[in-house]
Amino acid sequence: MEFSDAIQLLLIGISQGCGYALIAIGFVFIYRATEIVNFAHGELMMLGAFMVLTFSEIWGLGFWLGSALGILSLGVFGYLLDAVVMRRLVGQAQATIFILTVAIAMMLRALAGMIWGWTPLSLSVPFSSDITFGGVVIGLDRIMIIVGTVVISLLLYAFFSLTRTGLAIQAASQNQLAAYYSRIPVKRLIAVVWAIGAMVAAVAGIMMAPVTQVDTGMSIFGIKALAGAVVGGFGSIPGAVLGCLIIGVAEPFLDFYFPAFKGTYAYIIMLAVLFIRPEGLISQTFQKKV
Amino acid sequence: MQVLFKTNYDQDINYLVDRGERVRVLLALALALIAPLVVGGYFLSELTMFLVYIIAGLGLMVLVGFTGMVSFGHGAFLGIGAYTHSVLLGYGLPFFITLPAGALAAGLIGAALGRAASKMHGFYMAIATLAFAIVVETGIGAWEHVTGGHMGLSVPPMAAFGWEVTAGPLQYYLILALVVFCIWGVANLMRSPTGRAFVAVRDSETSARSLGLNIARTRIKAFFISAMLTGLAGGLLSHLVFYLSPESFGVNESLKLLLMVIVGGLGTITGAIFGAVFVSILPNLINLLQNFLPSSIAEAAGLEQLLFGAIISGFIMFEPEGLYGRWRKLRLFIETFPYYKRATFTRQKRYLKTERFR
Repeated sequence: MEFSDAIQLLLIGISQGCGYALIAIGFVFIYRATEIVNFAHGELMMLGAFMVLTFSEIWGLGFWLGSALGILSLGVFGYLLDAVVMRRLVGQAQATIFILTVAIAMMLRALAGMIWGWTPLSLSVPFSSDITFGGVVIGLDRIMIIVGTVVISLLLYAFFSLTRTGLAIQAASQNQLAAYYSRIPVKRLIAVVWAIGAMVAAVAGIMMAPVTQVDTGMSIFGIKALAGAVVGGFGSIPGAVLGCLIIGVAEPFLDFYFPAFKGTYAYIIMLAVLFIRPEGLISQTFQKKV
Repeated sequence: MQVLFKTNYDQDINYLVDRGERVRVLLALALALIAPLVVGGYFLSELTMFLVYIIAGLGLMVLVGFTGMVSFGHGAFLGIGAYTHSVLLGYGLPFFITLPAGALAAGLIGAALGRAASKMHGFYMAIATLAFAIVVETGIGAWEHVTGGHMGLSVPPMAAFGWEVTAGPLQYYLILALVVFCIWGVANLMRSPTGRAFVAVRDSETSARSLGLNIARTRIKAFFISAMLTGLAGGLLSHLVFYLSPESFGVNESLKLLLMVIVGGLGTITGAIFGAVFVSILPNLINLLQNFLPSSIAEAAGLEQLLFGAIISGFIMFEPEGLYGRWRKLRLFIETFPYYKRATFTRQKRYLKTERFR
C-alpha cells in the first residue's frame, strides 16, 4: 500500500468514524438520561434517511427543505416513541427494555422495507463532487460528514451547557428524583432527549446517504456505533466519539489487510477491548459498589 | 382456593408444588411417550423439532429468565454446537461423544464471552452477544475448509460404532429422554445454591453482593450453563435440518429464541416449554393470518419480521409474564371461580431504579 492510499483510507476511516459518532451521540444521550440503551438507533437513522428521501425526491421539495422536514419528522417520531412506548416500561428490568428496543428495530426495518422497498435508493445531495489534493482523491460528501459531526457536536454542546432546557436535561439525567423536586418536568424532558437523539440520527442518515445509498441495510451502522461507544466507554460523549473514530479508522485498514472477516472488525475490536479492559478505554460507568 | 399446608421442610424444595401440578406433568409425559404411536411422518418430525427448541429455550431461560442478562447471540451457540457436533461426527466419532463435545465447546466459548462482559452493566453483555453472533456467523462462513463456508455442510447420520439413530420414533425417544434430563437438571439447578445465586443476582445485584456472592463468577457460570444447553440443542437440531449453513444461525435465529422465552414467560421452566409450543405453531399462525390480510400486505417481504417484532413488543408491554402468566391467571380464575379479582396481578407503580453507581 502506498502512502497516498494510506492517507485516503485514513480520511475515509475518519469520516466513517464521524458517521458512527453522530449515531453514538444520539444513543449516549438517551442512555445518560434514561439508562435505556436504544438498539433501534441505527433504524432511526435509516428512517431519517428514508423520510428525507421521501420529502426531497418523491415529493420534490428539494434537498434542503426535504432535510429540514425529515429531521423534524424524526424528532416527532422520537418524542412519540418515548411518550407512547418507552415511558410505560419505566421500572421494568433492563433486560426486557433492551429486548423491546431490538423488537422495535425489527419492526422499523420490516416496515421500511415494506414501504420503500428492499432495493437501495440513491439520494442526490448538493455536495457530491470529488476533491483531489496531492494524489489523494476524497469525496466532498466524506468531508461533509466530518464537518457535519463537528458542527452538530458544537451545537449540542452549546445547547446543553448554555440553555435552560439543556441544563434541566443535564440535571434530570444526573438524578431524576432531585430534578423532579426542583420542578423540572422530567417526563417531558426525557421525551425531548429522545427527540434530540432521533434528530441527530436523522442528520447522520442524511450525511451517510450519499456514501452508502439509502436502504434497510443502513441500520447496521447503529450496531457498529454501539460497538464504537463500548470501545470508548459508554457513559461519556467524548469517550463514545473517540471509540467510534477508532473503529472507523481501524475498519478500512483491517478490511484491506485481512479480508476474511470483512465487515465485522468493529465487533471484533469491541470484543477484544471488552475482554482486555471491560470498562472501555475511558471508563465512565462504574462498577457497582456496595 | 387451594391452600398449601407445609408440614415438612422438604416441601420448600419440592420439584412440583401440589397434586394438580404432579398430575399435569405426568399427563404431559404420558402424551409425549405415546405420541409416536399415534402420529407419524411429518408431524413427528415437527414434534422432534419442538423438543429440540425446548432445550434451546431452557438454555436461554437460564440466562435471561433466571439470571437477568440478555443475550442476542444464542443463535451463535446453537451454531457452534451444531457445527462442532457435525464436524466431529464427520471424523467418525460416536455421537455420544460428539454431542457433549459440541455442548462443551459452546459452553466454554460462552463462558469466555461471559467473562468479557460480566464485570459491567447488563447492556455490555447484550451488545457483546449481538456482536458475537455476527462475528460467529461470518467466522463460520470464512472457515471454509472445515465448515464448508456458505456452501453449507451436510450433516452425517447420528451414528456410533456402526449403529445408527435414524429419523423417526427412535430419534424422537432419544431426544425426549435428553429433554426430560435437561428439564430435570435445570429444575435441580434452580433449587441448588448456584441457581438461587442466579436469581439473587437477577433481582438485586446490590443485595446479592452484600450477601457475599461473587457476581462476575455467578454470571460466568450462568453463561456457561446456558450456552452449553443451547449447544446441545444445536447438536440435536443439526440432525433435523440435515444441512447446516451459517445464515441459519445468525441474529434472526437468536431473536427467535428470545421471542420464545419472552412469549413463554420469563423466569419459569414451564415458560420455556410454552414458548417452544408457540414458536412451533407460529409459522402456521402466520400462514393463517396471511389468508385474512389483503395480498399487498400478505405477500410483502418482511411481514414475518414485522410480526416477530410486534409479538415481542406486545408481550413485553402488555403481558410481561408471557403465556405462563396468562395460564396462572386462568388457573386462579378457575380455582377461585366467582371471586377472581383482576387486581391480584396488577403491577405496582414503579420508578426508575438506577443501575449507575458512582
